[in-house]
Amino acid sequence: MVSPRNVPPFADSETRKRNFEEVNKGFDAETAVSEASRCLQCKNPRCRQGCPVGVNIPAFVNEIKNRNFEKAREIITADNNLPSICGRVCPQETQCESQCVLSRLGSVAIGALERFAGDYVLGGKSVALPEKLGLKAAVVGAGPAGLSAAADLLKYGFDVTVYEAFHIAGGVLSYGIPEFRLPKRIVRAEIDSLKAMGAEIVTNAVIGKSYTLDDLKDKFDYIFLGTGAGLPVFMNIPGEGLNGVSSANEFLTRVNLMKAMLPDSITPVQRGKNVVVVGAGNVAMDAARTAMRLGADKVTVVYRRSRDEMPARKEEIEHAEEEGIRFMLLTSPVEVLGKDKVEGLKVIKMRLTEPDEKNRRRPVPIENSEFEIECDQVIMALGTSPNPILKRSAPDLETDAKGVIKVDENGLTSVDRVYAGGDAATGAATVILAMSAGKRAAAAIYAAATKK
Amino acid sequence: MYKIVRKKQLAENVNEYVIEAPLAALRAEPGQFVILRVDSEGERVPFTIADYDPDKGTVTILVQTVGATTELLSRLDAGDSVADFVGPLGNPTDLTKYDKVLLVGGGIGGAVIHPQAKLLNKIGKPADVVLGARTKSLLLYMDEMSRYAARLYPMTDDGSYGEKGFVTDAVAQLIKEHAYDAVLAVGPLPMMQAVAEVTRPAAIKTIVSMNSVMVDGTGMCGCCRVTVGGERKYACVDGPEFDGHLINFKEARMRQGFYREQEKEHYCRIRGEIKNG
Repeated sequence: MVSPRNVPPFADSETRKRNFEEVNKGFDAETAVSEASRCLQCKNPRCRQGCPVGVNIPAFVNEIKNRNFEKAREIITADNNLPSICGRVCPQETQCESQCVLSRLGSVAIGALERFAGDYVLGGKSVALPEKLGLKAAVVGAGPAGLSAAADLLKYGFDVTVYEAFHIAGGVLSYGIPEFRLPKRIVRAEIDSLKAMGAEIVTNAVIGKSYTLDDLKDKFDYIFLGTGAGLPVFMNIPGEGLNGVSSANEFLTRVNLMKAMLPDSITPVQRGKNVVVVGAGNVAMDAARTAMRLGADKVTVVYRRSRDEMPARKEEIEHAEEEGIRFMLLTSPVEVLGKDKVEGLKVIKMRLTEPDEKNRRRPVPIENSEFEIECDQVIMALGTSPNPILKRSAPDLETDAKGVIKVDENGLTSVDRVYAGGDAATGAATVILAMSAGKRAAAAIYAAATKK
Repeated sequence: MYKIVRKKQLAENVNEYVIEAPLAALRAEPGQFVILRVDSEGERVPFTIADYDPDKGTVTILVQTVGATTELLSRLDAGDSVADFVGPLGNPTDLTKYDKVLLVGGGIGGAVIHPQAKLLNKIGKPADVVLGARTKSLLLYMDEMSRYAARLYPMTDDGSYGEKGFVTDAVAQLIKEHAYDAVLAVGPLPMMQAVAEVTRPAAIKTIVSMNSVMVDGTGMCGCCRVTVGGERKYACVDGPEFDGHLINFKEARMRQGFYREQEKEHYCRIRGEIKNG
């Protein structure tokens, strides 16, 4: 008989909704061992197939069971450079854990175990690097794709320089995902370990402005572009220019990167009392929960489809609900109301059509069903389109009509020696997919370099 | 860290800083801007590039003390450093394709038209320049402009130097007397709007520089959005300079005040610290 799945402790919802402490407290060693002991060590581990980077899950879980925590971490990092981060933000419920043979009884808590192993030696121990290849690689963008590519390139023996436009490395891990879901000390530890491996990280460097792609091609043997997501999407409805309307990117960056939640922060942020967040992805949940933590009385998520279609992780939706976030589903904004600043939102009720051939149900407005809701802040969390800066300085770099960089299965772009991965090459996706793209490109770069 | 090589007070509450920032200086062009943070807790604030020297690796900015960050900057001197300095951001504006250009700078806007005046002079198409300020001591870059301009028209609100009146008075007169291919007007939003209205009937191409609220300056946050000809544009990646006849100035003026109250509060707190300390 398999024991029930262990659940890590969570901070009390009434307390946590007003602070930025991490919500999920993670397993202690005893719980981790107990949870690891639930694993049946399948001969044909489907969990591993569910992992975008193919981590040897049964092996690392077994090491946790045997209390070889450092060894468990090493097994993970053979395939995944950022275990503490992925253990926290990966959608395990749709990846590894969804494939677990125990899923009907409660899958093994692979994510929580990965996090435990990752945190056991935060940032990891120094790894022995091979002899230098005498080749130089540039990584553009220090987010999940770039950090992962950089770590692997170092392990292959390249000299690696990482260029980051912001003043702090980490990309979305630093500016996007809030402290209460991913403490910044975890991100810093991963970046510090990359530096310890020998990566040179150049912050305040905008590639496409200071250096063009051609400049980099002159200076480096290989280039990996992990420039991430770009311009926020707005709805193109009247009133979006009003003060009090911002993108989730702006709102979250002010808080996460610029620390605007601190009382003495010099960076301003709007602290609405009655906040509407439009959209229902993870970023929308992050924005809604952040607005609550900044002191809102009421936070409402407005989403045009129904609960089943909400793209956010189930856990994030549940945590948001526990913290008092309300959901107004099958509703879509048509106009932001107000004179100079936001005073309300006019919305319309939606219904879903019958499933089409792709089994998708489209939301369509219900005629004459408009109504108004009061609010003093509107945050648009509708996704992003690729950043145009690099492309504008590199006309040879082929992109699709939206500006997403075209790559082959190895991440190679239309430009010789230039690879790309992550949101810049896929459109908005997850941290783990970006990481795996970085890994794949690093492997392809190494293969190309050693073939010559 | 980015070292302040030189600091010079140009007027009351206006300082010129020459900052060592090789990456920003490398490809800087007129019309572009930088973002800096004073210290490790600093906010990211954009400043237009007033001059640049790729050989020395320096960028010059003009800073008017108007808020918390600029107050902190005003306390730094040559030899001190700022924590972060990133650029060049935004797109350059190429005025060299025009034969006859009128540059209009109001107040600190003189900083933005300065590199254009210098460049147009260098290529043998010196521009006419109107510089405006409240009073004589606030007229910026007078010496440089008198060197670079074909004709220089200083204007002061109080008549303490040059003609008494607004820059628009000079612009209205000049466009009657001369055929300009383009006008670049840089200054406070009401001034740029007024210049655009003066040139609109004559349909003279008029470019203005939007100093919008920004965070990253690289097209990520979207708070610098402006409406240009009915379309949403981002000052950081699509601008900062746009066709002044197409800008929705009403919206831009409103948006500039988005965080004004919080900024004021913080400025006061910082000023309070001076008194206490």
